[in-house]
Amino acid sequence: MNKLKSLMHGALAPVLVLLVWEACARAGLFSAVVMPAPSAVAAKWWAYLLPAQPQAEGQSYLGWLLSGELLHDAYSSLYRVIAGFVIGAGLALPLGLVMGANTRIHDFFNPLVQILRPIPPIAYIPLAILWFGLGNPPSFFLIAIGAFFPVLMNTIAGVRHVDGIYLRAARNLGVNQLTLFTRVILPAATPYILAGVRIGIGTAFIVVIVSEMIAVNDGLGFRILEAREFMWSDKIIAGMITIGLLGLAIDTAVSRLNNHLLRWHRGLEH
Amino acid sequence: MSQILINNVQKVFTTPGGPVVAMKDIQLTIQPGEFVCLLGPSGCGKSTLLNAVAGFQPPSAGEITIEGKKILSPGPDRGMVFQEYALFPWMTVAQNIAFGLEVQKKSRSDIAQTVNQLLDLLHLKDFRDRYPKDLSGGMRQRVAIARVLALDSPIMLMDEPFGALDALTRRNLQDELLRIWEKLGKTILFVTHSIEESIYLADRIVVMTYRPGTVKRDQIVDMPRPRDPSSAAFNALKRELGALVMEEQQRHANAEMKLAAVD
Ligand SMILES: Nc1ncnc2c1ncn2[C@@H]1O[C@H](COP(=O)(O)OP(=O)(O)OP(=O)(O)O)[C@@H](O)[C@H]1O
Ligand SMILES: [Mg+2]
Repeated sequence: MNKLKSLMHGALAPVLVLLVWEACARAGLFSAVVMPAPSAVAAKWWAYLLPAQPQAEGQSYLGWLLSGELLHDAYSSLYRVIAGFVIGAGLALPLGLVMGANTRIHDFFNPLVQILRPIPPIAYIPLAILWFGLGNPPSFFLIAIGAFFPVLMNTIAGVRHVDGIYLRAARNLGVNQLTLFTRVILPAATPYILAGVRIGIGTAFIVVIVSEMIAVNDGLGFRILEAREFMWSDKIIAGMITIGLLGLAIDTAVSRLNNHLLRWHRGLEH
Repeated sequence: MSQILINNVQKVFTTPGGPVVAMKDIQLTIQPGEFVCLLGPSGCGKSTLLNAVAGFQPPSAGEITIEGKKILSPGPDRGMVFQEYALFPWMTVAQNIAFGLEVQKKSRSDIAQTVNQLLDLLHLKDFRDRYPKDLSGGMRQRVAIARVLALDSPIMLMDEPFGALDALTRRNLQDELLRIWEKLGKTILFVTHSIEESIYLADRIVVMTYRPGTVKRDQIVDMPRPRDPSSAAFNALKRELGALVMEEQQRHANAEMKLAAVD
């Protein structure tokens, strides 16, 4: 009962905005090209979700159901985010671990990192096209850069901030250097690392939308830019909503993963 | 057997304000199976001495040997129980206890058996799969003790292990520690600044002076266990040691006053 109440309470503001928006659109306050009514956006979103073609001969029902443009675009974007993130984080994690653990390696790489880190991934777009041409590779490159630095910086900080008491306890138990690293330093650093992962995924998601506006012909970023060319503002907004939903889904998934991996952590209540 | 020989040990810390002599001329022989308390006010070098025995901070002069072998680094032959528990928060109770054994590459079945015995011994059975964050302070310290017992080291070093616990839990754990010590015959070097705790536990109490930390009194406690803190003998000793510790406490306070005056 209480849950329902708070749900209704939370829904109040969005519903109000939608109602006012719908009323204004119907009253003809602005043209449908500039700002379509929410009902029109919803209809478009539904059409965008459903398969465009009738079920073809020999196509499975599920395959047909999933053949809609929206799902294809969402899948393409998600695929790029994950691939780019895995590349970026996959490089940042080992580098961050050694930089955090070894001062000499840290001092060797740190100037380079500090110079490159403030460059926004978007600024790499021209270079990305020059180096990788069109298609997925420049997207992967840009997303990887977006994910790389947050994961790197947090991994370094995580390793450096391991409480000395754990190291002493471990040495007292007789661990060797490798075990100390894998069983003590690495888990002790995970809260930091996962915070970096979360920021990195967020950046990756911003970068994927931008990168799709330049070099590919599917994905949510591409779709809203394409819709602009035809002045389909309803489709633009439907695409934006989809981007929001996908972002929310990614963040929820990462936060679930976080909660699971950090179930031992003091700061977390679940 | 594992006799600890602390031979003319000194430790000097270099600080921005000049060298600090944390301990000096410490000469102690601790017999196998002995329960020794290091007693003294805060800052008198108890942890410094314990850390030197543990191998975390080597002394600046003198040497510490165990069975004639000089201590150069920490090792599982000297299990340490820290005041801050120092349990690994990402491991469950059972995993914390098992960790030292895994490091020693014991077989799975050996590990499981030892862990189960220790869970039993320290009444931790119902908590085996909990994480440290879900345990009370007393429970955490039980796990820390179990973790060290798992190593089966002949020597246990304990740095104010019960300092953060309430009186009841504290007494409870003191009794458990005595029970375990009597059962397993460990050599225990136990740091405390509680006079009562030291008399309740120790075969022998080493009272330390404040800066530089030296041995002020090496006191044998010749009372049968379990000791009754309300008995006359207990209280007589308590008064006697209390006066000694008070003197050092006073020197501590005076030293701080002087420092404040210089500032
Ligand atoms: N790493 C260090 N650097 C400089 N001085 C130190 C260091 N460690 C300890 N000291 C100094 O050495 C003296 C002894 O410290 P120690 O920690 O051994 O005292 P303690 O008897 O354990 O006190 P407490 O009961 O508060 O734990 C103190 O005056 C302290 O300020
Ligand atoms: Mg201390």
